[in-house]
Amino acid sequence: MSRKLLLKNAHIEGIETYEVYRKNGGYASTEKALKMTPEEIVSEVQKSGLRGRGGAGFPTGMKWSFLAKPEGVPRYLVCNADESEPGTFKDRYIMEKLPHLLIEGMINSCFALGANVGHIFIRGEYMWIVDILEKAIAEAKSAGWLGKNILKTGFDCELYVTPGAGAYICGEETALLEALEGKRGNPRMKPPFPAVKGLYQCPTVVNNVETLAAVVPIIEMSGDEYAKIGIGKSTGTKLISASGNINKPGIYEIELGMPMEEFIYSDQWLGGIPNGKRMKACVAGGSSMPILPANLVCKTAAGEARLFSYEGLNDGGFETGTMLGSGGFMLYDEDQCIVRNTWNFARFYHHESCGQCSPCREGTGWLEKVLHKIENGHGTMSDIDLLWDIQKSIDGTTICPLGEAAAWPVAAALRHFRDEFEWHVNNPQLCLTQNFGMHTYADVRPLPTPVAQAGA
Amino acid sequence: MVKVTESQEKPQFKTETMQEVQRIIAQYPEGKQKSALLRVLHLAQAEFGGWLSVNTMNYVAEILNLKPIEVYEVASFYSMYNLKPVGKYMLEFCHTATCATAGVENLIDYTCKKLGVKTGETTADGLFTIKEVECLGACGYAPMLQLGKSYREHLTPEKMDALIDELKAKG
Repeated sequence: MSRKLLLKNAHIEGIETYEVYRKNGGYASTEKALKMTPEEIVSEVQKSGLRGRGGAGFPTGMKWSFLAKPEGVPRYLVCNADESEPGTFKDRYIMEKLPHLLIEGMINSCFALGANVGHIFIRGEYMWIVDILEKAIAEAKSAGWLGKNILKTGFDCELYVTPGAGAYICGEETALLEALEGKRGNPRMKPPFPAVKGLYQCPTVVNNVETLAAVVPIIEMSGDEYAKIGIGKSTGTKLISASGNINKPGIYEIELGMPMEEFIYSDQWLGGIPNGKRMKACVAGGSSMPILPANLVCKTAAGEARLFSYEGLNDGGFETGTMLGSGGFMLYDEDQCIVRNTWNFARFYHHESCGQCSPCREGTGWLEKVLHKIENGHGTMSDIDLLWDIQKSIDGTTICPLGEAAAWPVAAALRHFRDEFEWHVNNPQLCLTQNFGMHTYADVRPLPTPVAQAGA
Repeated sequence: MVKVTESQEKPQFKTETMQEVQRIIAQYPEGKQKSALLRVLHLAQAEFGGWLSVNTMNYVAEILNLKPIEVYEVASFYSMYNLKPVGKYMLEFCHTATCATAGVENLIDYTCKKLGVKTGETTADGLFTIKEVECLGACGYAPMLQLGKSYREHLTPEKMDALIDELKAKG
């Protein structure tokens, strides 16, 4: 299970340059795509089963099919390179190592959507990658893959790079469009969706870097062939950003459906946990996705092997499962404190809330404060229930999903690790110098408290 | 609320920066030059002392044909813009998620003690500002910091010593 589609050439010296990239088969998919009709390309992407790799997992072909096509109005393709979900650093890897893969995918996608301009909106902290991308775009343009009348097909296409300036919220597609228009990153009310009114109120498709890169192998091998890779509705490969208490942190391309146990413990992949420690918990899809205790990471609640896929991670819903999200995989060993980690995440979301919706603006601040209080030995039992109430009143009450992103990790931590929160309250001195340890979370122990009771 | 500090000088981009500004504006449709704002503010911050004074923001507004408030509201929204003077070298430590579990807090304490400042403060010689920031997308290489246009990863106290010596030597 180590088939590579996106990173198959990532090891080649100089692959970031046009010359080496082209020599290794680069832009072959564009030659093929420009001989197809736009509708055929959309159909291939639909058949491939490709789902958005930024976090939401929405079917890409379906998103493309929603694009409005009024006469005389320009359409835009916008690449979401705002990668800011804690635990995620995969798009950076593609753009640094394989900038031409993204460009190739964007040209194919622009052609399919009838867009003559594509914008890459990249987080401002990745400023050196702006240079890498602009250099690659210039190379592609002088080789005739961008500009006017590409390959004499009559198709014109230009790509531009716009850096952000430090705001997690700009990863939300309508906030991203606001930022691209030079405004504060406040998410827009939907509908209208970007497919109807996006950039400059024109029809726009916003896709993640990895999603657009995946269009290259889909065109190369056909949608049907791509769909054979992976498992069920989780087709193709996925980049995983792995960090935390593991032997080999880094970027991995997995075929969706790989067993979690193999990914974590096999030497070919993460190589297990350092220093003979045991796994305590795992966040498999970026900080906003529910944290799982060790006993639910490699196995589902039913005792079956948990698979690394959209459905595999979702097995058991939020009671005993989680979500694939962005593939930001973080592993915590027995020395890590769940309360402290939850507070760290809550602080992040509080800092990143745009302030537009009261439940998120106020709620994220309360979550941070109450968690800080418990972590530092000043918490009460009612604070734990207060946390549950706050996250519940944010979930589903905001314009954009940042509210949920802030609420879910707190809900999951309370659901699975409530005894660790209570231990902090009951041991206000001890919790300052000692960690709670593994308790009931290890693989061999009974299942955690069901969701309904945890919140009671 | 963000406190905006006033500066005295009237800014003026260098000729080559102005050409870069024009190149950026040309990427967007006619009349949509506001799209260039975030990037032009980065250029302005880099050229005018590492921060955005009201004068600088007014100047950017003038270049992009915007109302000054359109620039202020953007400059105060995004965390990479400094609205008050900072040190020549900003050591921006990621303190989120894996960087936290990898012990960045100890590293920040170490650096603060070494430089004799607290986070958010600038050293008396104006060389260093220490700042804690949210996830920078380098979780696999934690702990790390951002320094201008570059990332410094897999940090240790020894590497911090070397980095600070290197920057002090540059002055």
